[in-house]
Amino acid sequence: MSERQIQLEVLRYNPETDSEPRYQSYSVPCLNEWVVLDALNYVKDNLDPTLSYRWSCHMAVCGSCGMMINGEPKLACKAFIHEYTDQIRVDPLANFPIERDLVTSVEDFITKLASVKPYLIPKSDQPVSAGEFKQTPAELKKFKQYTLCINCMLCYAACPQYGLVPEFLGPAAISMAHRYNQDSRDGGRDERQEVIASDEGVWECSFVGACSEVCPKHVDPAGALQQVKVASTIDWYKEHLMPWMKK
Amino acid sequence: MEIVKTDIAIVGAGGAGLRAAIALAEADPKLRIALISKVYPMRSHTCAAEGGAAGVIKSDDSMALHFGDTVGGGDWLSDQDAVEYFIQEAPKELTQLEHWGCPWSREPDGSVAVRPFGGMKIKRTWFAADKSGFHILHTLFQTSLKYPSIQRFDEYYATDLLVEDGRCQGLTALEIRSGQMKQFQAKAVIIAAGGGGKMFPFTTNGNIKTGDGMALAYRAGTPLKDMEFVQYHPTGLPNNGILLTEGCRGEGGVLFNKHGRRYLQDYGMGPETPIGQPVLKTMELGPRDRLSQAFWGEQKKGNTVSTPWGDCVLLDMRHLGEKKIDERLPLVRDLCISYLGKDPVKEPIPIRPVVHYMMGGIHTDTRAATRLPGLFAAGECACVSINGANRLGSNSLTELLVFGKRAALSAIEHIQSGFPTSKDAALAAQAQASEARIDALMKKTGGTETIAGLRKEMMETMETNVGIYRTGSELATACDKISELRQRYANIALHDKTHVYNTDLMQALELKSMLDCAEAVTVGARERKESRGAHQRLDFTERDDVNLLKHTLTHYHPTDPPRIEYLDVVITQSQPGVRDYSGAKK
Amino acid sequence: MNKPYVRSLSKTGWFLTQPRYKRYMAREVTCLFIFAYTFLLIWGLKRLAEGPDAFQGFLNALHSPLGVLFNLAVLIAAVYHSTSWFNVTPQAMPIMRGEEFVPGNIIVGAHYAVWAVVSLIVLILGV
Ligand SMILES: Cc1cc2nc3c(=O)[nH]c(=O)nc-3n(C[C@H](O)[C@H](O)[C@H](O)COP(=O)(O)OP(=O)(O)OC[C@H]3O[C@@H](n4cnc5c(N)ncnc54)[C@H](O)[C@@H]3O)c2cc1C
Ligand code: SF4
Ligand code: FES
Repeated sequence: MSERQIQLEVLRYNPETDSEPRYQSYSVPCLNEWVVLDALNYVKDNLDPTLSYRWSCHMAVCGSCGMMINGEPKLACKAFIHEYTDQIRVDPLANFPIERDLVTSVEDFITKLASVKPYLIPKSDQPVSAGEFKQTPAELKKFKQYTLCINCMLCYAACPQYGLVPEFLGPAAISMAHRYNQDSRDGGRDERQEVIASDEGVWECSFVGACSEVCPKHVDPAGALQQVKVASTIDWYKEHLMPWMKK
Repeated sequence: MEIVKTDIAIVGAGGAGLRAAIALAEADPKLRIALISKVYPMRSHTCAAEGGAAGVIKSDDSMALHFGDTVGGGDWLSDQDAVEYFIQEAPKELTQLEHWGCPWSREPDGSVAVRPFGGMKIKRTWFAADKSGFHILHTLFQTSLKYPSIQRFDEYYATDLLVEDGRCQGLTALEIRSGQMKQFQAKAVIIAAGGGGKMFPFTTNGNIKTGDGMALAYRAGTPLKDMEFVQYHPTGLPNNGILLTEGCRGEGGVLFNKHGRRYLQDYGMGPETPIGQPVLKTMELGPRDRLSQAFWGEQKKGNTVSTPWGDCVLLDMRHLGEKKIDERLPLVRDLCISYLGKDPVKEPIPIRPVVHYMMGGIHTDTRAATRLPGLFAAGECACVSINGANRLGSNSLTELLVFGKRAALSAIEHIQSGFPTSKDAALAAQAQASEARIDALMKKTGGTETIAGLRKEMMETMETNVGIYRTGSELATACDKISELRQRYANIALHDKTHVYNTDLMQALELKSMLDCAEAVTVGARERKESRGAHQRLDFTERDDVNLLKHTLTHYHPTDPPRIEYLDVVITQSQPGVRDYSGAKK
Repeated sequence: MNKPYVRSLSKTGWFLTQPRYKRYMAREVTCLFIFAYTFLLIWGLKRLAEGPDAFQGFLNALHSPLGVLFNLAVLIAAVYHSTSWFNVTPQAMPIMRGEEFVPGNIIVGAHYAVWAVVSLIVLILGV
C-alpha cells in the first residue's frame, strides 16, 4: 500500500460568496488503492470542511458521486487513484448547472425520467393472489441490461446533444422507457411512445455514442436509443404505408 | 418559516419509506403524502443490498419453517406475533413487487427463482442476481412516480419531530439546497430513515446511514429497543468493508483459514460438507453471528491470513465457475476485481467480518406504531422485533415491504380515529425553537472540537469496545467515552457558515444522531449481562432466559445517560431452545 | 440565495472539446463526400441526357487525375462510414437466439459478408 502525494484541483463555487467558479488545489496524501472519493473525503475531514459533494454507497451503486475527473464523467467512488498521475482535476458533472462546488442540479433529470412513465403498465391485470407473472430467463435477459441504470447521469454529462439542446430527454430516460417496452409483462409502449418519439425525444439523438462509452454499468444507452429509433421507424411505415397493419 | 400542510409525512425514501408512500396513495388517492428524504430516493442505502429477500413461495417450504428459522436465528429474542404476521405477508409483498416490474431472477419455467441463505432450512430467498436491493429500490421509486398524491421533498433533512398534546403532529426539515427550515404539519408521521452503521469505522453501510431516524424518535421521547444487537456480516472486503453477499456462500462458496481448513466445523457448524454441495443451515450456511464469532476464534488461534488490511480468512468461489459467477454474482465479481484487484473466478478472496445491520431501533409494535401516538416507524430504523438478537440474511428487505405497508395502514387508522389538531401557534413555536437551535449552531464561533475529530473518536471507541465479543470493562469504557463525546459535542463550531448545500452542517447533525444512538448501543450492551445472538460477552458467556428473555428499552436524556427499561419478549409457539447449525438433518 | 451556475457548451466549437466528439465528427463528415458523390451522379445523368459527346466529356473528366483522386477520397469515406455503422449494428439491432444474445461479431460479420457479396455481384455485372 504505497502512499502518493496528489494535487487535487477542485472546482469550487459557492453562490453566496462567488460570482463564478474557481479552482482550488489541495495536496492530499493518497494510498494507491484509494478512489478519488477517498481523496475528497480526506480533504473534507482534514483540510477544508467547506467542500461540498454528494456521496453515499462507496460501491458504485447509489449513483450520487458522478463528477468530471480530468474531463471525463466518472463515479468518484470508482475512479482509482492508481489510474491517474499526481495531478487530478475534479469538476462538477458537465451539462448540469452547478449548485455549489461539485453539487449539480438533478431536478431536470428526475423530471425527464418521470415523464417516460418508467413503471410497469401491465399487459393484463392479475391480482397478487394469483401469483407472479411468468417470465422466462430469456424474456428477462431481453431487457435486463437496461434495468441496471443507477441514474448517475454520467451519460448526460457525456452527451453533446444534451449540452446543446437541454430539452432533449436524454440517454438514461429513454433507455428506461425501452427497458419497460421490452419487458414481456408490459403493455404500455404506446403511452410511452408519445413522449419518447416526440421532438425532444429519441430523434434528437445523433448517435455520438459517448453515453455508452462512459456508462459505469454497461447499460448501453446508445444501443437502446437506436433500437427505439428502429422501432419508431417501423411504426411510421406501418402507419403510413400499411395502414391496414394498424391495430 | 414556510409551512407545508399534509396528511402524512414520511421521513426516508428508501425501501420502507417508498413502500409506505405507495400503500398510502393506493389506499386513498385523496391523502396528501409528503415523502421527505435527505437524499434522492434512489440513493437510499437499500440500493446496496445484494443477496435477496425471503418469502415462502415454493411448495417444499412452509410458513412454519420460515417462522422457525427466523425465531431460532434471532436467538428467541424475536416477538413471535410479529414474526407470524411478517411471514404471512412476505410472499404477498414480494409478489406485489413482481407485479410492479421487479426483475427477479427466474427458473426455466418462468417462475421466480429462490436461492439458499444462511440459517435457512429451505431455499427461500428471492433474488435479482446480486443486485436485489437495488432492483427493489428502483422498482419502488419508479412505481411511486405513478401517484400524483406522493409529493416528494428530496434533499430535505428532518431535524425534529413536533409533539403537541401527546401526539406527533409533524416535523421540521431543512431544505439542503437552500438551507431554509420548513415546518411540516401532519396528522401522522412515519419514520423510515434506515440504520446507523456509520457509528462504526468499518461497515457495509453508506455515508447516509447515521441513525437520524432513530435519534429523531428517541429525542422526541419514544424509546429505542435492543440497540446493543449489532450485526457483523462475516464476508466484507478487508480494505473498505464492501459487502460480498451471503449469496456467495448460498451459491456454494466456502471459507478457509490459512491452513486451508474449513474452520467452521470447529465451531459447531460441521460436519464438513463436500465442496460444491452446500447443505442448508450447516457450515458456510450457518447464521451470521456464528460465522463472525468463528472468525474471531480463528484470529485468537492465529489461524487467520495476515493482509495489509488486517487479519482475514479466505472465501473461495473458484469451483462455481465463471458462468455461474457471472450469472448469479456479477456484482460480487466486479467489486472484487475493482476494489481488491482479485478475481473470484481465479483466486480465493480475503474477507473479514464487517458491521452491517442494526437489529435494534425505534420500539414499535406489530402495527408499526411507536409509543408516541401519531408516530410510526418501519424498516431498519424500527425494531418490531422480528430480527431478535440476530437477523437472518434476506429478512430485512422483506421487512421493509411488510412493515412499510403496515405503517401506512396504521397511520391511516390513526387519522381515521379522529382527534383534534393542536393550534398552529403551538406547533409553530416548536418549529421555531428547532430553527433557533440550528441557527445557534451555524452562528457559533470559537468551538474547540471538530466534527471529524469527534467522529473518529466515536468510531474508534465503538470498534475497540463494542465488537463481536464484548466485556463488561470494555463496555464501561465505551459508555464513559461516548458520554464524554456527547458533552464535548457542545463545543463544536462549523467552518461553513453559508446556506446552500452546507454539508458541514449536515455532518454536524448526523454526528449528533450517531452519538445519541451510540450511547443507546453501549449502555444497552453494558447492561445486558448475557450472551445472545449478536451480543456476545466474554464475562457472561451463557444466554440467560430466566432474567433476560427481554427487550432493552432505552429512554433518552439530553445530558445524562439513558434510562433503561425491560420488556418481555412475546412468545406464541416456540420456547427458547438450542440453535442447531450442525449438519441439518433432512 | 440559490444561484445555479450554468456552463454552456459552445454551439460552434463543442466537437473540438473531446476526442470522442472528434471521432463522431469524422464519421459525420464522411457523409459530405457521399453527398458530393450523389451530385456527381446527377451531373453525369444530365450530361448523358445532353448527348453522347457531353457524356464522353464527363467520362474523360472522371478519368483525369483529379477525378480519380475524388473517387478515391469518396471510396475511403464511404468505407469508413459503412464500417463505423456496421460496427454499431449489434447495439442497434440485437438478436436473441434461445436464451442468449447473438454475439456482436457475428452480426457485424454478417453485414460484411453481405457487403462483399453485393460488391461482387456489382463487379461481375459491371464487367
Ligand atoms: C451492503 C448491504 C447489503 C444488504 N443486503 C441485504 C440482503 O441481501 N437482504 C436483506 O434482506 N437485507 C440486506 N441488507 C439490509 C437492508 O438492505 C437494509 O436494512 C434496508 O435496505 C434498509 O432500508 P430502509 O428503507 O430502512 O432504509 P434506507 O434504504 O437506508 O433509507 C433510509 C432513508 O431515510 C432517509 N433519511 C435518513 N435520515 C434522514 C433525515 N434526517 N432526514 C430525511 N431523510 C432521512 C434517507 O435519505 C433514505 O431515503 C443489506 C444492507 C447492506 C448495507
Ligand atoms: S445509463 Fe449509465 S451513465 Fe446513464 S444514468 Fe444510467 S447508469 Fe448512469
Ligand atoms: S458513492 Fe454511490 S455511486 Fe459513488
